[in-house]
Amino acid sequence: MSVAEQTTGAGTQGSTFGSLQMRQVSRWYGKTAALTDLDLELAHGEFVALLGPSGCGKSTALACLAGLQPLTTGSIWRDGKRIDSLPADKRGFGMVFQSYALFPHLTVARNVEFGLSMRKVPRAERRRRAQAALDLVQLADHAGKLPSQLSGGQQQRVAIARALAIDPEIVLMDEPLSNLDAALRIEMRTEIKRLYQERELSVLYVTHDQEEALSLATRLVVLRGGRLEQSGTPEQVYTQPASAYVAGFMGYRNMISARVEQVESDPRRVCVVAGDLWLQGTADPAAGLRAGSEVMVAIRPEDIVPGRAGVNDVPALAEVVEYHGRELAVRARTERGVVLHFRTEKPVAAGARVTLGAPEERVLVFPAEGRAEVPDDAHG
Amino acid sequence: MTTADIAAGPPPRTRRERPTLTAVITWVAAGCFVAVILGVLASVVVQSFATTWRGGWWPAGLTATWYGRAWSSTGMSQALANTAQAGVAVVVIALLAGVPAGYLLARRAFPGRSVVMLLMLLPIILPPMTYAVQLAALMYRVGLGGSMTAVVLVNLVPTLPLVVLIMVPFVEQISPEVENAARVFGANNLRLFSRVLVPLLLPGMLAAGILVLVRTLGAFELTFFVSAADTQTLVVALFGAISDPGGVPGPLTAAMAVTYMLVAVLGLAVSLRFVTPSQAIRQRHR
Amino acid sequence: MTLTAEPGTPATTAPPRPPQPLRHRLAERGVDWTLLLILPAVLIIGALFVYPFLYGLSISFQPLEGGDPLANYTDFFGDPYLRDSIWKTLRLAVPVAVLSVAAAAPLAFRMRRDFPGRRIVTLVVLLPLTFGSVLIAQGMTQVFSPTGWTNLLLTSLGVPQQQFIYNYTGTFIATTLVSIPFAFVMLMGFFGGIDRSIEDAAATLGASRAARFWRIIMPLAVPGLITAFTLCLVEAFAVFPSAILVGQPDNATHVLTLPIYQAASQRSDYPAAAAIAVVMTVLELVILGVLMLLRNRLYRGPATGGKG
Ligand SMILES: Nc1ncnc2c1ncn2[C@@H]1O[C@H](COP(=O)(O)OP(=O)(O)OP(=O)(O)O)[C@@H](O)[C@H]1O
Ligand SMILES: [Mg+2]
Repeated sequence: MSVAEQTTGAGTQGSTFGSLQMRQVSRWYGKTAALTDLDLELAHGEFVALLGPSGCGKSTALACLAGLQPLTTGSIWRDGKRIDSLPADKRGFGMVFQSYALFPHLTVARNVEFGLSMRKVPRAERRRRAQAALDLVQLADHAGKLPSQLSGGQQQRVAIARALAIDPEIVLMDEPLSNLDAALRIEMRTEIKRLYQERELSVLYVTHDQEEALSLATRLVVLRGGRLEQSGTPEQVYTQPASAYVAGFMGYRNMISARVEQVESDPRRVCVVAGDLWLQGTADPAAGLRAGSEVMVAIRPEDIVPGRAGVNDVPALAEVVEYHGRELAVRARTERGVVLHFRTEKPVAAGARVTLGAPEERVLVFPAEGRAEVPDDAHG
Repeated sequence: MTTADIAAGPPPRTRRERPTLTAVITWVAAGCFVAVILGVLASVVVQSFATTWRGGWWPAGLTATWYGRAWSSTGMSQALANTAQAGVAVVVIALLAGVPAGYLLARRAFPGRSVVMLLMLLPIILPPMTYAVQLAALMYRVGLGGSMTAVVLVNLVPTLPLVVLIMVPFVEQISPEVENAARVFGANNLRLFSRVLVPLLLPGMLAAGILVLVRTLGAFELTFFVSAADTQTLVVALFGAISDPGGVPGPLTAAMAVTYMLVAVLGLAVSLRFVTPSQAIRQRHR
Repeated sequence: MTLTAEPGTPATTAPPRPPQPLRHRLAERGVDWTLLLILPAVLIIGALFVYPFLYGLSISFQPLEGGDPLANYTDFFGDPYLRDSIWKTLRLAVPVAVLSVAAAAPLAFRMRRDFPGRRIVTLVVLLPLTFGSVLIAQGMTQVFSPTGWTNLLLTSLGVPQQQFIYNYTGTFIATTLVSIPFAFVMLMGFFGGIDRSIEDAAATLGASRAARFWRIIMPLAVPGLITAFTLCLVEAFAVFPSAILVGQPDNATHVLTLPIYQAASQRSDYPAAAAIAVVMTVLELVILGVLMLLRNRLYRGPATGGKG
């Protein structure tokens, strides 16, 4: 399959794609809003991962972009042209559906060929490209089967092959690897990345898997209740989450409710207290924290260092030790009951006394929210 | 993208699909159909209030006396009583026999299951006229001909399978895990049944019961061949009145028909609250 | 589990186990006491459906006058008036079934979408099913009479008066009015079972509205359409009250059920009635068998496109 097949992008102009934008899009289902004033951009060559807990509107956003759901308000633009009234079949996106949506009456091969036959690709060519797409997802042996004769993971791979067979410039993927086993998932992940690079695809990719998002994406977008919570490079989002919510999503497993004791002359540096835990941390000056503010402290397990003599040292008792291969994941508890998760390569036994510390720039302090709704499936 | 681009864009418009030709044809045809149905029903209602109506847009005069006469004429009140009696009896028996059978067919694989399934499908697929006469002959042979018992029995034939076939998907949608959980937490068979299954199956049982009632009200052929003058139901009485135009005045028949309509439409409205019709019928023809 | 050990592999040679108790073995195949729950239903259907069929079959070979056991059948097929009722039934039932499916399918297809008034439309369309053909016929005698609303409407539009009832047309209209809702209910179920996301997927792959209909919806719906057609045909084949009430029972609408009715109710000749009912049942089963066979040769499977 070559990049330059002119049959792509049915109905749309042959010119290559520059950017796709969602502007102030809202989508209401009856009285509930699935999306609220969402701005989202996918530029040429970008790989955007859309993150957020279940029900936050990721699938809805994809459906709106693809033209499958009408917008309640807002608009969608492609290269400066407004396309929100363009029907889905004229947009020419490749899409992998969360529920696969395979055609139950067509064989695997015919499923994959479907988009090509819609583009009136000659039969031989169609065969060849469908075969290539199936090879890609390692399903060449199953071409003659009906979808109902495949396992869940195989069906999911057919859905991927079907979306890629039409050589789209823009691919929308809704949790395309969710149903695969760990090994296959990593392999398919690499495959998707390779295709993305080779074919200069632009991808919008929904996932729950933090690791998947970090390894694939050039940009992360975190949604929260249908609104944009944070958008940035993986590194930005990973190291400087904009809120406790995002932090919870990005593997900050230690989320500790605390109170501000003191704000230093440098407003980025605050001192907080939670039980017997006194911590020097870093906050966004714009958050306007002052002494007495209720805050949420976020620390990644990797950033807690046992036995470090520094500002944030605290004695604790190792409670649970999990073996993770190269390292140990330990849950410890301070004297006044604050639970801390950390990782270490040194042997630690359950019941051992440890001293834990963390560098103050890795102790993130966020204003407390009404209730910390931290998705529990976010931890990688 | 700059803000200027946004301003230059077309004004926001809600996506509204242009009605296609097929859509227009469909709605026009559906409109005609609905108009005929409503016209037919309306004419019965109008006629039941007419002093006389020999044709023309509207009857000469209106009166409500036909209802009084219909009620006081022995046949009518008797038929109404018979209908109620048969309806309740059929619903109760069909549920008592059908719900356990539906439960078992949904949950268990046993030898002969498909035969039982076929046995439940055939009486629903085959129209009553294919077996009504033989059934009536048998009823007369065993000495039940013309009795209320016979009316109830023959009406069980299409309705009992209906209960079974409605219950099967209802049971299937309840995860067996729920039952297992109840057992694990110490429920014996009786408690499992009364505390878990009955509450879960209640909507299905209600829906099935109401559909059975509506069907029994409307069942004509089966009741017709087996009932006598004093055991006939409303529809059969209605048929008798219409097919013998000399005997009963039209408006009196219409008053009977309206009574029947009210009873039936009540049943339908209630049943639609609990079950979508396709749910019930789709299962009939798997 | 089989306990026959492979020869030469001593590790698997288990000591011969005592055979499981019979109750246990039966339970493994799904036979135990709870199976009794199904007994009442099976008994009722056996006694009131299967047995009457066999009983009817047996008495049909015992004519009232005695003599030739086949007399009832030879009488039926020997009399052109009776024999022709088969054609008259088909002439009525086939067009009714075709029209019903053709009218109900587009409407049922549109019913998949939620729109205001959907419940009301459904309710109105379902009314005839609830009321049955007797009541429809009652209303038709008024609405379609020579001076009824329909003819008044037609004459005011300049169309000459038509004879709508007491002929083929009357029975045709009455049967169709009940048959369309029947088809509608079934088709709504079939179309409702087609997963919307499949259509969405086709759209993202560039299938236009027409292509989506012909390549996705139709192939998935054809089995449903055939089933609906079959059952409408089977129902219409047994048309009874409306053939008498708004038809021309001694001529144009002398359908197969009428000789049954006449033999049973007017002559009390149950053997003859049973014989004709047997003929009718056989014809119905042939229709069912042929069309279901046709349906099964086409695709039959789930209409959803994956998980969920
Ligand atoms: N057809 C619908 N009708 C009504 N509400 C809907 C519909 N589809 C989605 N919603 C609601 O819109 C919100 C967003 O749904 P969406 O499917 O976009 O979530 P999601 O982020 O994709 O979740 P998940 O990760 O579980 O797939 C949810 O609250 C959901 O309940
Ligand atoms: Mg989703």
